[in-house]
Amino acid sequence: MKRVGVFLCWCGSNIAATVDVPALAEYAAKLPNVVYVEQNKYTCSEPGQEQIRKAIAEHRLNRVVVAACSPRMHETTFRRTLASASLNPYLLEMANVREHCSWVHQDRAEATAKARALVRRAVAKVQLARPLFQSSIPVNRRALVIGGGIAGIQAALDIADSGHKVVLVEREPTIGGRMAQLDKTFPTLDCSSCILTPKMVDAAQHENIQLWTYSEVEEVGGYVGNFQVKIRRRATSINASACTGCGACWEKCPAKTGNEFDLGLGQRKAIYVPFPQAVPNKPVIDRDLCIYFKTGRCRICQRFCTAGAVEFEQQDVVVEETFGAIVAATGFEQFDHAVYGEYGYGKHPDVITGLHLERLISASGPSDGKVKRPSNGAVPETVVFVQCVGSRDEAKGVSYCSRACCMYTAKHAIMLHEKIPGVSTFVFYIDVRAAGKGYEEFYARAQELGAQYVRGRVARVYQRGDKLVVMGEDTLLGAKVQVEADLVVLATAMTARHDAQSLARTLGISYDQNGFFTEAHPKLRPVETNTAGIFLAGACQGPKDIPDTVAQGTAAAAKVNNLFAKENLLAEPTVATVNEAWCSGCLWCKPTCPYRAIDSKTISQRQVGKILTRQVATVNAGLCQGCGACTVACRTGAMNLLGFSNEQILAEVDAICP
Amino acid sequence: MKYVYYPGCSLGGTAREYGISARAVNDALGLEFQELADWSCCGASSAHMTNLDLALALPVRNLALAEAQGARELVTACASCYQRLAIVAHEVNTHPRARERANQLTGADYKGGVTPRHLLDVLGKDVGVDRVAARVTRPLEGLKVACYYGCLLVRPVKATGFDDPEDPQTMDTLVKAAGAQVVTWPFKTECCGASFSMSRTDVVAGMAAAVLSEAKAAGADCLVTACPMCHSNLDMRQSMAARVARTTFNLPIYYITQLLGLSFGYMPRQLGLNSHFVKALPLLRRLRLV
Repeated sequence: MKRVGVFLCWCGSNIAATVDVPALAEYAAKLPNVVYVEQNKYTCSEPGQEQIRKAIAEHRLNRVVVAACSPRMHETTFRRTLASASLNPYLLEMANVREHCSWVHQDRAEATAKARALVRRAVAKVQLARPLFQSSIPVNRRALVIGGGIAGIQAALDIADSGHKVVLVEREPTIGGRMAQLDKTFPTLDCSSCILTPKMVDAAQHENIQLWTYSEVEEVGGYVGNFQVKIRRRATSINASACTGCGACWEKCPAKTGNEFDLGLGQRKAIYVPFPQAVPNKPVIDRDLCIYFKTGRCRICQRFCTAGAVEFEQQDVVVEETFGAIVAATGFEQFDHAVYGEYGYGKHPDVITGLHLERLISASGPSDGKVKRPSNGAVPETVVFVQCVGSRDEAKGVSYCSRACCMYTAKHAIMLHEKIPGVSTFVFYIDVRAAGKGYEEFYARAQELGAQYVRGRVARVYQRGDKLVVMGEDTLLGAKVQVEADLVVLATAMTARHDAQSLARTLGISYDQNGFFTEAHPKLRPVETNTAGIFLAGACQGPKDIPDTVAQGTAAAAKVNNLFAKENLLAEPTVATVNEAWCSGCLWCKPTCPYRAIDSKTISQRQVGKILTRQVATVNAGLCQGCGACTVACRTGAMNLLGFSNEQILAEVDAICP
Repeated sequence: MKYVYYPGCSLGGTAREYGISARAVNDALGLEFQELADWSCCGASSAHMTNLDLALALPVRNLALAEAQGARELVTACASCYQRLAIVAHEVNTHPRARERANQLTGADYKGGVTPRHLLDVLGKDVGVDRVAARVTRPLEGLKVACYYGCLLVRPVKATGFDDPEDPQTMDTLVKAAGAQVVTWPFKTECCGASFSMSRTDVVAGMAAAVLSEAKAAGADCLVTACPMCHSNLDMRQSMAARVARTTFNLPIYYITQLLGLSFGYMPRQLGLNSHFVKALPLLRRLRLV
């Protein structure tokens, strides 16, 4: 026998001003199986909850409907109320008569009619509710951080400092990422290496951190608390524990190529460390370049290695590890500005990007910190900066603002004025966005030092003699302007990694139209993904500068620590279930599941005296987020979502459309 | 290869030499151009500045004629005609209301099935550089050419789109196939001031001077174009541009078809090389190309 109690909330005047609650109470009392109705000014208050508890006991209620605000607001509150009255918390149904009704309507009569329909729906659904029980999942307290840039380093350090084990995986031979390539950082101009290198060393030496460089994540299975991850550890061809990092090998190596770390401005050997402060400071052999791997002869590095650390026969190793949480911190790439043919990148060596300029300014860079024109090595007298190359340009680039370029251009201008006395700098901009702490002052400082800001876009850059002519428009003057420059620096957009989408698929997380990973909520859940246990940090989620990246790294670590604070996780019981008798094994549900929670399994049945084996779908309750997509896709109706069963949904529809 | 051809007004008038040299090159390459029957003005270069209905109706009338004659493409050698036809074809194909309006104005029933194409595109893609090179009997050795596309041929990309809008290459590859040397220069697609050729000659002189100066600075000894408007501004207005820039240019302006025709062995007179304002023959004689 169903005994339903209906509790109607006034929410002060929030609901009562628009919905006639007393009339609603009269109506609710006549609904089937409703044995008790009560109104309250604030049902969520302690006295309000106490009345529910009392009514459950006195009237032997076994189903409860609360007509109040959105379930997002107070469903958990009232579930706890039911539990404290010894009623299964999933025998509660909320009717949202505030956000869905009183707040969005003015006409009292119509709003009341709608509220009646909403309560009728809830009463119809709650009749079919069954007790559900949360299951518990053990948590493996070990975190995987993918990406060894500043975001990943920060996250790894914060998790490790809380006493949890961390594996930090980095694709390159060293950690450090983009920040390691920078010279100074805005707005305080502290040296990037000076603040980053100690953190890199901390990460390498931390007792709780395992550093796996030259490694990549290949496969991710499992679910929150129990991710099974396959990681390929590429062969470095060096025995890291034997190597002393003396450098004899790369001194003698005869094979050269452009150094990726210096964006091709400098050179490296086939056996190399990317830069002097690299962590770990052990070389790797680039097998595509190495003469021994190409021809079978050379071995010069091996001959000069006194430690005997060169091991040509090393092979890639794929390891499988279990983690409780994953932080994705894979960073960004620079926009391919080759699409701006009119800026002549690639044609004129003196047209460079902001990152190239960082390497030219850096004391550890290819020119030892002396800013020189790549074409002839002369010190530039006039430098033009072009902002928004790719950013905010839907025709040729991306629609978004890359956020960091205005400030790093101001930084470049300041540094050039400090390094080259008498230099002229021009900055072509659309808008200057200097919204961070101390940023506007920093931009003003660039102008005080003599950077001339020209509001307008550059139309063309071309060579005349050994100068570059920059043609543009000054939209404030309404005139065409021309500058003869020695160096043109393009502030190229930050874009998602070219393979970000494939990593997103490996991890089972979503990404936006630009390839950036999507957070669960843009304001309230900025570092969580929609997949439980996977978190985001840094520019893989969207363009950001170093302060924001570090903040996000710490935030992601805090979320991981939250998770690791528990021994077991309680899983929501509102998950999909399979009626195996009805399941035809078509597995149409499998590709519709965004969380990869559905798999197939083989079952045996006795049929007409024979044992029959066949395939059916099975749901991994740890992965299922209860979205219900599979229930709609299922052709036989074998998929059912607990708490939102097909029968319940149909009862709701029937109740609303009688 | 057969094409329906839209000559446009210039090729019988100010750009007569373009018209006859185009015919010569087509003959040499075996291209059969059938003139669009009953064609009329496309509206360039004034209609789209004065009356939008006129700018829409005039090209659509010609596109509709081509469609009624069973053509799927309409080839023109004039850059202005090409751009007007291409823009309007794009407009009526993307906005059904524009097509309705155009059909209402012209009384035609244009369905949108005709793609306007420029002769340069046909030579570059359909014929191909290899077949052009194979036909060359007198390579233009020693001729240093600045290929000038002007602003109309490759823009706007969504309507034209046969070449890169910032650094187009079709003409460069054809000129190289003819044995000449192509200079690298930045003003390939700068505007010469075409529409102001008659009304604001002061503006044209300044803009033409900028184009000519850059070509000269890049080491070119002539320019090649595929647009009658560019040609008249750079050729007819060259002395005026030189006065503005306080210099002398002495840069002959050739049509692409004139250079190709020359390399195919035609006589200068057959290509109209005798009817230029800036004498077109002395340079060719000096290089022993005629």
